[in-house]
Amino acid sequence: MSQPLLELADLGFAWPGQAELLDIPRFRLERGETLFLKGPSGSGKTTLLGLLGGVQTPGRGSIRLLGEQLERMSAGRRDHFRVDHIGYIFQQFNLLPFLSVRENVELPCRFSRLRADRARQRHGSVGQAATMLLEHLGLPAGLLGRRADALSIGQQQRVAAARALIGQPELVIADEPTSALDTDAREAFLHLLFAECRAAGASLLFVSHDQSLAGLFDRSLSLTELNRATKPVEI
Amino acid sequence: MYLFRLALGSLANRRFTALLTVLAIALSVCLLLAVERVRSEARASFASTISGTDLIVGARSGSLNLLLYSVFRIGNATNNIRWESFQHFAEHPRVKWAIPISLGDSHRGYRVMGTSPAYFAHYHYGRGQPLRFSAGRAFATDPFEVVLGAEVAEALGYQLGERIVLAHGVASVSLVQHDDKPFSVVGILARTGTPVDRTLHISLAGMEALHVDWHNGVPARGAGRISAEQARQMKLQPKAITAFLLGLHSKAATFALQREINEYRGEPLLAILPGVALQELWSLMGTAEQALFVVSLCVVLTGLIGMLTAILTSLNERRREMAILRSVGARPWHVASLLVLEAFALTLAGVLLGLALLYLAIAASQGYVQSRYGLYLPLALPGAHEWALLGTILCAALLLSALPAWRAYRQSLADGLTIRL
Repeated sequence: MSQPLLELADLGFAWPGQAELLDIPRFRLERGETLFLKGPSGSGKTTLLGLLGGVQTPGRGSIRLLGEQLERMSAGRRDHFRVDHIGYIFQQFNLLPFLSVRENVELPCRFSRLRADRARQRHGSVGQAATMLLEHLGLPAGLLGRRADALSIGQQQRVAAARALIGQPELVIADEPTSALDTDAREAFLHLLFAECRAAGASLLFVSHDQSLAGLFDRSLSLTELNRATKPVEI
Repeated sequence: MYLFRLALGSLANRRFTALLTVLAIALSVCLLLAVERVRSEARASFASTISGTDLIVGARSGSLNLLLYSVFRIGNATNNIRWESFQHFAEHPRVKWAIPISLGDSHRGYRVMGTSPAYFAHYHYGRGQPLRFSAGRAFATDPFEVVLGAEVAEALGYQLGERIVLAHGVASVSLVQHDDKPFSVVGILARTGTPVDRTLHISLAGMEALHVDWHNGVPARGAGRISAEQARQMKLQPKAITAFLLGLHSKAATFALQREINEYRGEPLLAILPGVALQELWSLMGTAEQALFVVSLCVVLTGLIGMLTAILTSLNERRREMAILRSVGARPWHVASLLVLEAFALTLAGVLLGLALLYLAIAASQGYVQSRYGLYLPLALPGAHEWALLGTILCAALLLSALPAWRAYRQSLADGLTIRL
């Protein structure tokens, strides 16, 4: 079996002075795989994303991304590593409103030389890469120069997806990116996202509480089952 | 640099607050520079009230007192000088020229000064500028001729040929008028921005004629009176004057002559160097001037603190912005430098706008200030001192911005990629 893209082993995390919040014995994400991770509130989702992004470090265990152990890196190196290899899509309003659509998409290339180089290799220039991605994601070309906050929510999410994908990061992490969209738009958005992840060879870790989307993914997991620290929430 | 672009974009997104902040800084910078410019010009124009004169000589009293009454027409002499003493030094081999000054009368609040034609030839002000006539000529042989300073003519609306009556004493409401001997205006001096503008100049003979029939400080009555016509026929040689100005052939002789005058056996005299006395006087007023400077510095500080408040207030609502930046790869120090850049951009804009306001204000008020206060405010580029002040303001802004930068740094470390609503 080839080396997985992301591998968690015996991961434990607790905020200072609190009970353990995360206890994940094993978790793997293969290269090119799309994974639906069901994460209701209270399941430790935010903390897990923080750990994967290298913003927090685990109390024990290891996080391997591309074979490298995140917890052994310095904070600066982790920041670097994150932007080089992970693209993020958040819930909503995750664009900088004062920049144009194109500038928003180009942002990761401003902070990651690797992604800027890859964008240039594949599309000739960073600007060209942004244009192509937005075109593939179905955003009208006339909107590229607009301020990001002039777009509809659905359009903004496509811009966010293009931003996560530019420069071909190996992993795209999407945190409830469809929660502000209606059902039809959700599926359409997901199909576009899948297609672009496939084209870029990226794995997709999709975190959501909306079980109805799970069938569209290669694999589906529940964080509550994965995480031994969570107590079943009674409603 | 891309961070600068981000900082400007973020600022533009909050343009109303940003604009107000810039405006506050601009106004404070403008005020500071204006105060500085007025201060330095006031000092320069004060120092150039009199120039070319090597020694001022009066009866022995304080040097400031002598300077005040002989040059600024403020206060009174305690004693007069005998005419013989003046003549003695006027004919001194080291003396090039001598200007007698006789004070004591006034006209509607303006001082009257008796002097000789040498005054118009040798009195200099500013950077060695001589007195010029804007109309008419100097007084000549007739004792009842008067030359007006520019402000006197303008304020009282006098023209050439006007006949005016001088008053005895220097109170603005004078009871005893020399109404039997009116003077006619023969000349009006061009504006100098010095006390000369507020002076009426008559000849020593005229001064003598006014008082020829006075005894013990009161005018003669009835038969004792001498009319203007009679006075013209008399030999009007003054017996005493108030002070005199000396110009020497060689400046090197100044101290020697000063000592000689101070040790003069004929009567107790005091000779002062105008430059030294002016300096002494200015240092007395220095406190007020310094206070003005300190106040305007405080205004600048207020402007900067206003900016600090605006930036700190914005931090909370910008957590989302910071988190987005972190998610696309910005490190905490990037976030911190964004805030420093923001403060720098705001202050720089404020400084530039302040300069623009200053020049606009100077251009608009230059003529008025010059004619009203005798201050020439140049539209010159900022001097080294002003650049240093502006640089200090920018540095202070950068220093202050360390506070929001540090907070944002902590905040972005704590928040990470979490977007808080």
